[in-house]
Amino acid sequence: MTVSPEVITVEHASKTYATGAQAVAPVDLTVRGGEFVALLGPSGCGKTTLLRMIAGLVAPTAGSIVAHGDARAAMVFQSPTLMPWSRVEGNVRLPLDLAGVPREAADAAVRDALAIVGLSQAGERYPRELSGGMQMRVAIARALAVSPAVLLMDEPFAALDEFTRQRLDDDLAALWHARSLTVIFVTHSIQEAVYLATRVVVMTACPGRVAADLAIDGPHPRDEGYRGSANFAMWCARVSDAIARP
Amino acid sequence: MMREHLIRVLAPVAVAIVLLAAWQLAVMFYEVPSYLVPSPLRIAQTMIEDRDLLLGSLWVTAEIALTALAIAVLAGVATALLFAQSRIIEASLLPYAILLQVTPIVAIAPLIIIWVKDTHVALVLCAVVVAIFPIISSTSVGLRSIDPGLADLFRMSRATRLQTLVRLRIPSALPYFFAGLRVASGLALIGAVVAEFVAGTGGQGAGLAYQILMAGIQLNVPRLFAALVLITLAGIVLYLAVGLLAHLVLAHWHESELAQS
Repeated sequence: MTVSPEVITVEHASKTYATGAQAVAPVDLTVRGGEFVALLGPSGCGKTTLLRMIAGLVAPTAGSIVAHGDARAAMVFQSPTLMPWSRVEGNVRLPLDLAGVPREAADAAVRDALAIVGLSQAGERYPRELSGGMQMRVAIARALAVSPAVLLMDEPFAALDEFTRQRLDDDLAALWHARSLTVIFVTHSIQEAVYLATRVVVMTACPGRVAADLAIDGPHPRDEGYRGSANFAMWCARVSDAIARP
Repeated sequence: MMREHLIRVLAPVAVAIVLLAAWQLAVMFYEVPSYLVPSPLRIAQTMIEDRDLLLGSLWVTAEIALTALAIAVLAGVATALLFAQSRIIEASLLPYAILLQVTPIVAIAPLIIIWVKDTHVALVLCAVVVAIFPIISSTSVGLRSIDPGLADLFRMSRATRLQTLVRLRIPSALPYFFAGLRVASGLALIGAVVAEFVAGTGGQGAGLAYQILMAGIQLNVPRLFAALVLITLAGIVLYLAVGLLAHLVLAHWHESELAQS
């Protein structure tokens, strides 16, 4: 198997706040095309800060973050963050409009993105008319509409109930496989990280740093059945171990 | 749902009927002279008899209030947009906006009326001074009250300042703007009436406040009451009109209007 090109390279990037508190100790991380990287760790371990640095929303205090070939990133946040005054279609179209994408191309991209997340029928509805899970799907469609080189997800399903979360994890796993996406996914759930990722990067707190970087060798595409497999149980145990004894 | 709606309308009407009947009976029973407390029927009769005079005055006052409200909306929103451009502009100008708000209009009105030659312009100006502050303050709070996640999204999409203003800040500010407009609509009417009182201008362009002033001097208490009723009605109509406008704009998405529909 040939090695995919690097999409994001984090070189010794760290973040220290004005108060002197160090949120992220110098981190090195390379993400290659087609990888699904889970950033896993407890609250306050700087995983969200690291993701926001990769997104360009937070500037690293030292070190650098390189997006190769001007790789565009799109982000899915902890909450759906949809514009309540705008229909689903308008929400998905927003980043395209902001980038000045011509009308017909934008129409097509919105249609495709809504079809991918299974919401083709919901374009005319307002966000408040949708369930939490469906709102998250709209947020994912919005991120996919710009065909990003890397998809950044910040605990996107953490606020949802367990059933909805597993459904969305299943769909995301299938989507990643079918579309050969590159994903960096922040989570505090070991099971979710192992289920989704090709690579789990374990972070520890105070200051946030990378404690372990594990390649999950479970077969793809994964579905509900993988959660019951020995491989899944083995990796969950090994990740737990890495968290307990960093 | 329909029942609920009916109660909301019928209950206050029933209260009004009972109170008015009690008032009518009390005035008749104790034979209160109409120059002290006129009966509701007497007030109604006066409203019909003096309708040309009163409606003319109502139009004068309403026109001042509406013009003032329109100017307050334009100038207030423009000021709020200016404030939203930079913290420095806001910090340097906000104290003066507050100054305008805390100084009682009755105290400023004589000055404005002396300085501005045209009485009509002076009256409108007084009403603007009263009505503008809620527009400025609510709209600027609204322009700043944006979802931090959406703000991040706009930054990641490399949105220009103008795009962020038009597509994020202004829609976010709308519910706040309408809350301010509701308050401002009542204040514009109050400002117009107070300014008329201070100016005390009669003749052709006499407003309702002048009719109240004159009726008081002449002890024409029924007319005084009639004028009062018209001012109150004008205020209610204005309030309802603003409420309707807010409903039309916000009904499909904002919580404040969803609860009512």
